[in-house]
Amino acid sequence: MDRMDRNVVVPGDILSDDPNRSGEGTYVKDGCVRSLLYGMASSYKDKMRVIPLAGKYVPSPGDTVIGTIQDIVFSNWIININSPYEGLLHISELPRKIEMNEMSKYLRIGSSVMIRVKDVDSTMKVELTMNDRRLGILTRGRVAEINPTRVPRLIGKGGSMINMLKKELNCNIFVGQNGRIWVDGNDDDMDLALKTVLIIEKEAHTTGLTDRILEFLRVEKEARS
Amino acid sequence: MIGMDEKLSFFKDGLRLDGRLPDELRPIKVEVGVLARADGSCYMEMGENKVIAAVYGPREVHPRHLQEVTRAIVRYRYNMASFSVEERKRPGPDRRSYEVSKVSREALEPVILTSYFPRSVVDVFVEVLQADAGTRTAGINAASVALADAGIPMRSLISSCAAGKVDGEIVLDPMKLEDNFGEADVPIAMNPSGEITLLQMDGRLSKEELQRALELAKAGCQQIYEIQRKVLIDRYSHMDDMGSCDEVVAEEEI
Repeated sequence: MDRMDRNVVVPGDILSDDPNRSGEGTYVKDGCVRSLLYGMASSYKDKMRVIPLAGKYVPSPGDTVIGTIQDIVFSNWIININSPYEGLLHISELPRKIEMNEMSKYLRIGSSVMIRVKDVDSTMKVELTMNDRRLGILTRGRVAEINPTRVPRLIGKGGSMINMLKKELNCNIFVGQNGRIWVDGNDDDMDLALKTVLIIEKEAHTTGLTDRILEFLRVEKEARS
Repeated sequence: MIGMDEKLSFFKDGLRLDGRLPDELRPIKVEVGVLARADGSCYMEMGENKVIAAVYGPREVHPRHLQEVTRAIVRYRYNMASFSVEERKRPGPDRRSYEVSKVSREALEPVILTSYFPRSVVDVFVEVLQADAGTRTAGINAASVALADAGIPMRSLISSCAAGKVDGEIVLDPMKLEDNFGEADVPIAMNPSGEITLLQMDGRLSKEELQRALELAKAGCQQIYEIQRKVLIDRYSHMDDMGSCDEVVAEEEI
């Protein structure tokens, strides 16, 4: 990846005069690749693409997200997934069989769940599933929220950032694709974890962030002990 | 109109009453991201006009019957504060603000990729804090920047400004005096390639005069576009040496 060509673009900016290089966040007009978004332009695998600096989470199949139960309707839970679209979790998508009249016993309104997007149709009806060992109800820990566009930065290249955080903070951390983050550990560690996450969100676009965060954690931990 | 016996002059030594050249814009000031609650926001001053734009969305549509199955709808509310004009304006929507809202929405809607967000709504609110002729153009400019700030996919930004006719001469960006006592006012909005999304005319112009007015207004829009673009870019300029924002959206283990 060429680092020099990363720069801020606004919608309509010309990125390339080769229409074949149109990637994510771009469109082609008059044979030129133009940006669709206000964000950072970069070339990736021979394509120009633009990563937005702001925006909402749009669910896509396979995403693991953190949701809160909003409502219980006939054999479905309606789940807020921090998106313009609400998710539907059918009782058959739970790991064990549940009776219709027992739905609110298992998942109450307000409960947080870790959940996967199973399918999204063209009208943006979002079907969710909990049928995986790694998914389930969040009974411990805390949930925080960041801008979904900052999620890749929080995870880091190949998980570098998140693995560093987990190790340094002694916490269990999960980052949902919808920008909700779950942390579990002792209280002091969780405080520091959430503080760090917010710093990463704010400085997501800067360089050498992982090293700076590492340094920040060292200083914070020293002050604590 | 003013008393006919008194001849009013709009020019003094080739300059306008506020010292501008006929083809000069009023000074512009823009600020992005001024509201914490909104998804995107922009405060803009164009001369004595002060407007603030807030964008929310895409979000769920309420009331539900307004939603479209295949695309997002765009709602635009233009509102003048009661203190925005000399004589107190009765608060609330009126015929004029309904019209301005409609034409402004239609000026912005063509560049927004509404098909990306079916069954949702993009809400744009424009509040006029101080008015001095040309509030709809200032509102559109601010709304366009706020939409970009909200991360909404758009084909381009939209810029808007007006041309008018005073004392038989075509001028750019008329201020209040020129608008009230002038002969015509032509607000336009366009994208940087020159495609027009708003064109209104109040008053009378000959064909040649209209052409001249369009020419002036288009040049004005280009200047405004550069300002809009610069303010958005400068917001993140402190990180010109860009970090390794990552390629892999890794899905990590719990």
